[in-house]
Amino acid sequence: MFSASRSLASKATCLKATPLPVGRSLTRGLITRAKAELAVAAPPSRLATCQRISLGNRAPSIPSSSKTQVRTLATPVRSNHYAKLTPADVGEFCKMLSGPSSVLTTIQPEGADPSFRTVDPSELDTFNHDWMNKYHGKSQLVLKPKTTEEVSKIMRYCNEKNLAVVPQGGNTGLVGGGVPVFDEVIVTLAGLNKIRSFDEVAGTLVCDAGCVLEALDNHVAEKGYMMPLDLGAKGSCHIGGNVATNAGGLRYLRYGSLHGNVLGLEVVLPDGRILENLSTLRKDNTGFDLKQLFIGSEGTIGLITGVSIITPRRSSAMNVAVFALETYEDVQKVFTQVKTHCGEILSAFEFFDQESFDVVQKHATAHVRDPFEARHPFYVLIETSGSNKDHDDEKLQVLLEDLMESGLISDGVLAQDETQVQALWSLRESVPEAAGKMGKVFKYDLSMPVSKMYDLVRDMRKRFEDHSIYSRDFDQGKPVGAVCGYGHIGDGNLHINIVANSYDPEVEKVIEPFIYEWTSNVKGSISAEHGLGLMKAQKIGYSKDPTSIEFMKKIKDLFDPKKILNPYKYIQV
Amino acid sequence: MRPSLVNQIRVLVPIKRTIDYAVKVRPAKDGKSIETAGVKMSMNPFDEIAVEEAVRLREKYKEAITKITVVSVGPPKSADVIRTALAMGADDGIIVEVPEKTFADPLEPLGISKILQEVVKKAAEEEEVDLIIMGKQAIDDDASQTGQMLAGLLNWPQATYASKLEFLDDKPTKGSVAQVTREIDGGLGIVKTKLPFILTTDLRLNEPRYASLPNIMKAKKKPMKKYTLKDLGLEEGAKPRLETLKVEEPPKRQGGAKVADVDELISKLQEAGRI
Repeated sequence: MFSASRSLASKATCLKATPLPVGRSLTRGLITRAKAELAVAAPPSRLATCQRISLGNRAPSIPSSSKTQVRTLATPVRSNHYAKLTPADVGEFCKMLSGPSSVLTTIQPEGADPSFRTVDPSELDTFNHDWMNKYHGKSQLVLKPKTTEEVSKIMRYCNEKNLAVVPQGGNTGLVGGGVPVFDEVIVTLAGLNKIRSFDEVAGTLVCDAGCVLEALDNHVAEKGYMMPLDLGAKGSCHIGGNVATNAGGLRYLRYGSLHGNVLGLEVVLPDGRILENLSTLRKDNTGFDLKQLFIGSEGTIGLITGVSIITPRRSSAMNVAVFALETYEDVQKVFTQVKTHCGEILSAFEFFDQESFDVVQKHATAHVRDPFEARHPFYVLIETSGSNKDHDDEKLQVLLEDLMESGLISDGVLAQDETQVQALWSLRESVPEAAGKMGKVFKYDLSMPVSKMYDLVRDMRKRFEDHSIYSRDFDQGKPVGAVCGYGHIGDGNLHINIVANSYDPEVEKVIEPFIYEWTSNVKGSISAEHGLGLMKAQKIGYSKDPTSIEFMKKIKDLFDPKKILNPYKYIQV
Repeated sequence: MRPSLVNQIRVLVPIKRTIDYAVKVRPAKDGKSIETAGVKMSMNPFDEIAVEEAVRLREKYKEAITKITVVSVGPPKSADVIRTALAMGADDGIIVEVPEKTFADPLEPLGISKILQEVVKKAAEEEEVDLIIMGKQAIDDDASQTGQMLAGLLNWPQATYASKLEFLDDKPTKGSVAQVTREIDGGLGIVKTKLPFILTTDLRLNEPRYASLPNIMKAKKKPMKKYTLKDLGLEEGAKPRLETLKVEEPPKRQGGAKVADVDELISKLQEAGRI
């Protein structure tokens, strides 16, 4: 989703999850506290009911002139089932961990070594706030264990004391799944960052969950391999988080899902037990494949502490081309042509529309040059990766000639060196970052038949126009300034970024539930790759049937009967 | 009135196929050169800027520029970078082929300059060259000598490290005066010179264009000549005179350490023998 600058040619800045200035959490805090006082303590099994009732206690909507906009549609209530942290608790945690650098807290620990000190609440902000600065938790304690044993001790204690826990990786998630909703204890896996082993023949990598994806990619690159996934957040995201969210990314088309690439996991269960399944075997049909449950479980049934993953060979020949097209129908036809001529070497097929392109041109941090003379309604980026440059070049030549003659594309460029490859990729990878700089982004990630994808974007724009709340670039003072449609068209995955001037509940009402119902009607998924987190915790019904949901909840109860792991999220129906 | 062919300007752009700028280089196993097997190669970035400048000259001065010829000295694969240049807008290419093995013992700037001098002579049989635009240096050896040596051999003026090129005439012809802004240590220096001269490009001269698909298609039909060192009579003359003894990586960066106060800083510096 985010993407790194050199003197010779501008490259899109690798977007780190840099903390944005705080300031917005105050109003939200006041409202949630008010609601907590109103809420009635509910036993765990009726948690869901409690929250359904609480939706009615919605906070009064704030006038849009106010600077701090609060998203009130899906705000849960802090459950009294969870204990509140005491100084004694913090002291116990300090004793379990290796030193002061493993504990960040605003509560003075009791009974611990005096070297453990408190910090200013603002030091917890990077852990309490998500990358988009949309979700603001109020945790008073961040724990940074350095070993799986330490994680296990933490969970055992929390399980005993009914302390809610939020596992956190790189905190680059887009649905608020990695930050607390209230005062849950944050357990960050950043301290578990060692590469355990790499088999150069088989290409299997075993590493700690807190390893940053880009660091892993660089490490295996030296041996001629690559990580099977790639996303804009690679400079900050952790492989553990990737696995917990079943991240997709730009190379999904070629290398497939983490469900296929992960060979084994080491997981700490909510009661502290360690599930040791860090196998490097490619094939193992002995019993239920439990690791599949944890992949995509978003930290609700276990904390992933170790990952064993297969890495494909890094290709020596890579080509990137960007095409300009006039219609969405042409985009689909080009997809077919590309698969015909280069299907076996195709490693990415992305599309983005003119509005996305404009937003990048105007707002991206690192300027990304327009390769074309004019703007076009649609752009497609293709990447091919193969073992033989001459063969790939030839296949590409045939494809390009075919596309030019057929008239399906209006224009196109082909990268001539690595620097140009990165520059062309940044046209696509900068879209989320540029949107984030332009305003507050309502981000949706949907899966549906490819032929329907752009109909949704058009219908969304029309809906905004019908409500008179949309004009390009905020030029008429209307709240919505851009509706960007882009995504992994090769995987049937559309990203819609709606850029508003604030997280205005009135704007959200126009988008939801319209966008979910629309997706549901075409039997699509309301979350293709971003996951459910907090944002879509109540939306699973749009894409899954009641029996499936019932069994998912049973699985949660089985692993986490006390519901201490990542509460209020994932499946709250 | 259109300038006659006799007065038009022909541009020659020497380009080099080097290891791609973005690649992390490693010493080869013999410890005497850089590993190039399986490594991505592309046009030297400063030469890309040179090609771009030539194409922009044509876009600005139109018929005043008659021909843009690119030339590369290297193994057969150098044809790749020539094709890229043709796709950017050059008209024809010349490759002076040297066998792959010789490429591993690289030809030196003096050798290259002599080769280019012969190429200029051969090109003049068809049409004289008036302006040579080339990169200020290659990113593999960073020698920054070829342009200057070639100027010496041809006895032409040179304007090096150029960040701006302009002709004082609206319709420049042979013998026109050009004004070149150079990047120098203290800032910028401005020189004026008459055609023919050699220009070497610096980073800020321009931003090279992408190769567009229509131009890539057109480039396939553009002519490419091939010469060998024998054709140019330089089998002996272009031989390298320097022998590389060793190529090694720089020492790995040691971790730093924090000191508590000035006294500790002083004692650490003394320990390291720095003061």
